[in-house]
Amino acid sequence: MTTGIGARVLRKEDRRFITGNGNYVDDINVNGQYYAAFVRSPHPHAEIGSVDIAGAKASDGVIEVLTGAEVAADEIGGLPVGWGITQTNGEPMVEPAWPILAQGRVRFVGDAVAVVIAKSIDAARDAAEMVNVSYTPIPAVIATEDAPKDGAPQVWDEAPGNTSFDWEIGDKAAADQAFEGAHHVTKLELVNQRLVPNAMEPRAAIAEFNSVSGDLTLHATAQAPHAIRLLLGAFVLQQPEHKFRVISPDVGGGFGSKIYPYAEYAVLCWAARRMGCAIKWTADRSESFITDAHGRDHVSEAELALDADGKFLGLRVNTVANMGAYLSAFGPLVPTFLYATLFAGQYTTPAIYAHVKAVFTNTTPVDAYRGAGRPEATFLLERIVEKAAKETGIDPADIRRRNFIQPDQFPYATPVALTYDSGEYGATLDKALALADYTGFAARRDQSKTSGKLRGIGFSLPIEATGAAPSAIAGQLGARAGLYESAEVRFNPTGSVTVFSGSHSHGQGHATTFAQVVSDQLGVPIENVEVVQGDTSNSQFGMGTYGSRSLSVGGSAIVRACDKILAKGRKIAAHILEASADDIEFVDGNFQVKGTDKAMNIAEVAFAAYVPHNYPLPTGDPAQDENALEPGLNEQAFFDPLNFNFPNGAYICEVEIDPDTGVVQIVDFSAVDDVGNIINPMIVEGQVHGGIAQGVGQALYEGAVYDKETGQLLSGSMMDYTLPRADNLPMIKTGTTETPCPFNPLGVKGCGEIGTIGATPAVINAIIDALGDYGVTDISMPATPEVVWRAMQEGRA
Amino acid sequence: MYSFEYEKAGSVDAASQAIKSDDEAKLLAGGMTYIPTLKQRLASPTKVIDLAGLGDLSGISVSGGTVTIGAMTRHAAVANSAEVQSAIPALAKLAGGIGDPQVRNRGTIGGSISNNDPAADYPAALVGLGATVKTNEREIAADDFFTGQFETALNEGEIVTSVSFPVPEKAGYMKFPNPASRYAIVGVFAAKTGDGTRVAVTGAGEAGVFRVAEMESALGSNWSADAVAGVSVGQGDLNSDIHASAEYRAHLVTVMAKRAVAEAG
Repeated sequence: MTTGIGARVLRKEDRRFITGNGNYVDDINVNGQYYAAFVRSPHPHAEIGSVDIAGAKASDGVIEVLTGAEVAADEIGGLPVGWGITQTNGEPMVEPAWPILAQGRVRFVGDAVAVVIAKSIDAARDAAEMVNVSYTPIPAVIATEDAPKDGAPQVWDEAPGNTSFDWEIGDKAAADQAFEGAHHVTKLELVNQRLVPNAMEPRAAIAEFNSVSGDLTLHATAQAPHAIRLLLGAFVLQQPEHKFRVISPDVGGGFGSKIYPYAEYAVLCWAARRMGCAIKWTADRSESFITDAHGRDHVSEAELALDADGKFLGLRVNTVANMGAYLSAFGPLVPTFLYATLFAGQYTTPAIYAHVKAVFTNTTPVDAYRGAGRPEATFLLERIVEKAAKETGIDPADIRRRNFIQPDQFPYATPVALTYDSGEYGATLDKALALADYTGFAARRDQSKTSGKLRGIGFSLPIEATGAAPSAIAGQLGARAGLYESAEVRFNPTGSVTVFSGSHSHGQGHATTFAQVVSDQLGVPIENVEVVQGDTSNSQFGMGTYGSRSLSVGGSAIVRACDKILAKGRKIAAHILEASADDIEFVDGNFQVKGTDKAMNIAEVAFAAYVPHNYPLPTGDPAQDENALEPGLNEQAFFDPLNFNFPNGAYICEVEIDPDTGVVQIVDFSAVDDVGNIINPMIVEGQVHGGIAQGVGQALYEGAVYDKETGQLLSGSMMDYTLPRADNLPMIKTGTTETPCPFNPLGVKGCGEIGTIGATPAVINAIIDALGDYGVTDISMPATPEVVWRAMQEGRA
Repeated sequence: MYSFEYEKAGSVDAASQAIKSDDEAKLLAGGMTYIPTLKQRLASPTKVIDLAGLGDLSGISVSGGTVTIGAMTRHAAVANSAEVQSAIPALAKLAGGIGDPQVRNRGTIGGSISNNDPAADYPAALVGLGATVKTNEREIAADDFFTGQFETALNEGEIVTSVSFPVPEKAGYMKFPNPASRYAIVGVFAAKTGDGTRVAVTGAGEAGVFRVAEMESALGSNWSADAVAGVSVGQGDLNSDIHASAEYRAHLVTVMAKRAVAEAG
């Protein structure tokens, strides 16, 4: 079938999006809606004295002005954290309350202090400027490395040393012992800089409360609408789920930043319920920069012990992770179980120990951003491995090959809690070396030299854990929710299929790939399959789309529902074809009696289920009803995976550097990925291309820069925060190795983040390689022209 | 954006009168700086007087060794003009490298120079070529027009109507763009003209565009990239921000000057 699994089907949703017919939250308007504008702190840290709302309240068109005082009076809860970390000393992490409007103190520039609700956006914004907040600024701590220092300003009284948690993983004694006998030790200090997600569509919401029915409806830019309903309803608003509907229509990108139950959504819901009205808010870009949860922000040091043959003996890592001013919903998970559990990489390193200190600062909260912990892990590991190769004189491909986990070692238990599923790391690397023409590199470097350019080559062999999560394991590790996914596959009477999924595409192409899965499983043409997502009233439940989980978990739930459809369909066909269900086989969309030409198409079976004239309906006589069936053909399933899956790859980047300016141009990029079985190769390539662009963004262009004195985000606009553009990238050469994941029925692994995870270290390693003659062994990110130029000046000196 | 009155100018004189009579009124050319400023609520004018409808402010003519560009001529029109490309290719190239296609199709030369953003491209061309700015009141030499960051010699109510560029013997422009905004971190315009050699630098200076006398004299006796290779500008008056330090900008001035001269041929 040309539209089934493995087919390069064009995206069903693209015509709508490309012709401007998407339907985003800001496109939606509710009759009589008001508009909200938030009053935000201009200070990174200040005591709030009085909040004078009189002028704002009297302003034209203003309906209401609310502050933290009303939040407290209404006993509205703080924003919940979805994952708790147990510290090394057995204590729970320090988890300060995050009120939905600040109470007593503001803790970052952008912290919401009040909300103005008015008849127009302009009226709301005009009045917001009239809210007079008397702040008493107090010292702020901004930089990650400053937070743990003695005498640093304290963000929270209950978190001495600004520490939320001190956590470790791995066997410290074993790691220490590995270093004692080491032939060589490579050391590395690095910063994984803070990034701003910058989804194309800013966050937006409309909350609407029906005072008669008591129904609350929230339209929001959400990657996980059911999770938003669960967290806001149960922990913040005390709004029961049957009276709370969350609708997330088309979503224009998220990269993680639209997972969380943000304060603005809670405020809108609370205010709408309090006032019995509908209220709309759309962030402007400046607001997005300072209030969307940021990503990364680690300061680390690491040591790798090697024997005389270049085998890795042990790895020790010490990381300070910046949480920002408050703990965002999954902030604590990112630098722990999404990070340090990946330090084995693709290698057999027997002893690994990692210590992580998570700190508060007076900055925007940090949470999962494309890759979430895994880019930080891969950056650290692939940087130190490449550095070890340079120090020992072993070829960077060869040193990795000497340490690979071999295909016959799976399932492979690492020293840091994970059990890898499958992979052929050596074969993947070989493909990448061929794609990159590694043997021709020396000649290309000479060629570049003749035109005055410095050429370098860099490797990165990423591995990550996707498909969150086996709920029982996640629960043991601190998850406060289940992490399965759900689906409903509904045959309509005349043979078309509607799929309700708990996943929610914000650019991934589920309308196409999920339809391909259903088309393949049920033998119906893809144009007869519609995928419905993003509305808690339609899909039975869902944990949403993030962490490259949708196909392996959400897609698997669809497969399970299709299995149930086929099981029932087989019985219906058996009845109509007057055969035993055991003799019915399903081939190409037809139920047929084995060895005969008697067959029914699945659409005919569906019709029979909805028009049950010749149908095994219950008779009421238990003796006859053993094989009786209810009418209809509509099945639901939940899928909870047995394990994570482990996408992996081999990335090789070549750069040319202009020594006069320090400008880095990526001239070649090869990426070979093992994402298991592939449903739609075009969409996988697109995910890898986009992922690489984002990884390149971190390596060369992006960085959230705060003024350490004022706490202002200096890179707070598109004029100052550099996103990668098309002309920053070469044509990317991609390839795949397909080792099916044994832990889900599709045999798939996630593909949404591997590009981002793999690209960053490959680019940085290539730059350092290019600067080898200057004695450069490290370079900070983003490796802007000035950073590169300075490294050359200092290397030269 | 705060509320304001919008007025479409009927003539240059009427527009001039309108802003003279209202301190809080503001002229709008292409709006590439001013509209975002309004949207961010960083300006609160009483009235915005739009010059877009004044057809006689728009257009390009070349005669007698002079290229004259109307104040409301869009960057894209300059970049794509066969006459400009033929007479002063470096000017066409400069216009074609401003911002992005949307900016080039809205932004105007008059708006750009009247705003005098210290990182804008056009000031380098005006000073680098020794252009003359024509207004509704007088003619102003480019060297006298740009008086400081976002400051010009324009009087209250004075409106730029056109800019005249003498066609040089040779000229080159080389920009090191800010990767985010595409403004110049450093842009150097070098020209050999009938009146001598000029080197103008934009993006780098705290006070906006400036000339580099030492480079001009070096090029005067030896028009070659090597002639400027050893000339560096002091860091004292240069910008330093999150995109580039003064030290790096100073370095780039020399590199971009060499490349501008090389491009000029």
